[in-house]
Amino acid sequence: MITYSTLYVLAGLLFAVFSFLSLRDWTNSKRYTTALFWGLFALSFLAGDLIGDLGNGILVLVMALVAGSGGLGMGRPDTTSPEDRKAFAITFRHRLMIPALMIPVITLAGTFVLPLILVGGEPLVAPKQSTLISLALSAIIAGITALVLFRQPISAPFQEGRRLVDTIGWAALLPQMLASLGAVFALAGVGNVVGEIASQVVPQDSLLIAVIVYCVGMALFTMVMGNAFAAFPVLTAGVGIPFLIQHFGGNPAAVAAIGMLAGFCGTLMTPLAANFNIVPAALLDLKDRNHVIRAQIPTALIMLAINTALMYALAFN
Amino acid sequence: MWTLLGVGVVIVGFALRVNALLVVITAALVTGLLAGLSAVEVLSAFGKAFNDSRFVSIAWLVLPVIGLLERVGLQEHARTFISRFKAVTTGRLLLLYLAFRQVTAAIGLLSVAGHAQSVKPLIAPMAEAAAEVRNKDINDSDREDIRAMSAATDNVGLFFGEDVFLAIGSILLMVGFLAANNIIVAPLELSFWAIPTAIAAFLVHGARLVLFDRRLSARKPEGRK
Repeated sequence: MITYSTLYVLAGLLFAVFSFLSLRDWTNSKRYTTALFWGLFALSFLAGDLIGDLGNGILVLVMALVAGSGGLGMGRPDTTSPEDRKAFAITFRHRLMIPALMIPVITLAGTFVLPLILVGGEPLVAPKQSTLISLALSAIIAGITALVLFRQPISAPFQEGRRLVDTIGWAALLPQMLASLGAVFALAGVGNVVGEIASQVVPQDSLLIAVIVYCVGMALFTMVMGNAFAAFPVLTAGVGIPFLIQHFGGNPAAVAAIGMLAGFCGTLMTPLAANFNIVPAALLDLKDRNHVIRAQIPTALIMLAINTALMYALAFN
Repeated sequence: MWTLLGVGVVIVGFALRVNALLVVITAALVTGLLAGLSAVEVLSAFGKAFNDSRFVSIAWLVLPVIGLLERVGLQEHARTFISRFKAVTTGRLLLLYLAFRQVTAAIGLLSVAGHAQSVKPLIAPMAEAAAEVRNKDINDSDREDIRAMSAATDNVGLFFGEDVFLAIGSILLMVGFLAANNIIVAPLELSFWAIPTAIAAFLVHGARLVLFDRRLSARKPEGRK
């Protein structure tokens, strides 16, 4: 059965190649530390299950120290000039769209079809993991198609991948780091403290204020945790269930669903939701890494107000 | 109460723009130590969680093909292609993408689009080109705004579409958590209550995109008022 473990091997090999290419790139004044950073990321993918919890902890610590001391430099991977690209665009025209569209189409088809294929009585891919596995598969098929269609050297996808990963830099590690921070917060009981504080500020006699505390609390705590999934159990146990559902008799499904969406408004406003907010700023070459957040704040604040109003109007009939 | 100090480290660290990886690991150490764990225990807990959440980083596997397509001129082609359609403005293009992202997310197709595989190679260059065709006075800061708005539109569409789908992670989390508290709700009920917000999000962000168009077409050449 193909699982995430298979993809970890692929990702490990890819980052090992990035590390090797960085090491050989003399134009990068920080080539040793850059290679070390991506090499450790490769090690985590390839051997994370073998080096133990403390081993993984030390690995992450070293990566953070390398990045924090400015150890990541930009290499100069072999790529094409803007003029070359314009010429390519005129030559290849709509053929360029074929691999680009293969990515969503194969991801879509694979998500539904792959879990249905049985090999020796068990599904070819784990059903719950089929989307990410299909995405990886689509990337490989589209990549090979592009190599053949546009007759590019075999080294091109790796050099171009390194070019992109160099622009993203340490932010590439941030989503996984923040997921881990959430686990430590949970272990230390940060949520319980927040839930207690929130439940203390809710008055017994005002439904409106209770709804505002729950919705705004969801958004604020999501901003702090970087993830509405971490905020939901805390605020719902502290405010949602005892006050909104039990005391004021709210509809549990409406309270929970709209509460979660209020949390999503927080996700739009926090740098801690790195894969949504910080990584795209790096990918799109934005000077201000908070530019995407700035673009989202008006929508997020209006939607937070609307969610609060919707819950007050719809959940208590 | 002191366990909240780790949260403070995160806020102050990000505000002072200290390297985010250092901020995160410092916050984890502070939080764990104040909760009575030893440094080794905190580091082990962090390492275990890091290893368990490697799937978050799998999406980087699309980088080689995206880079390869940039190398052979996909962005340039996307620009030329979109500028042929005179009716397409930046706002209308992003409005269409918002609808596409919301609808596909609402039927559970989250990875069909995304920042690396669609915003960077296609949507952002098209949105920029659509503005340039209509107004030659677009400057670099407008271009950055357009790219940021493209990414923002992807997020808004995804976040306020996905909860309409029954089997999405957040719906399952809500069902499970409420069940653990002896409150039984069906996934369908939760999806149903996500619909009003989904519609509101389309109207609110859509209106912002229309206003964004007006701002872009009102741009005058530098130095003239």
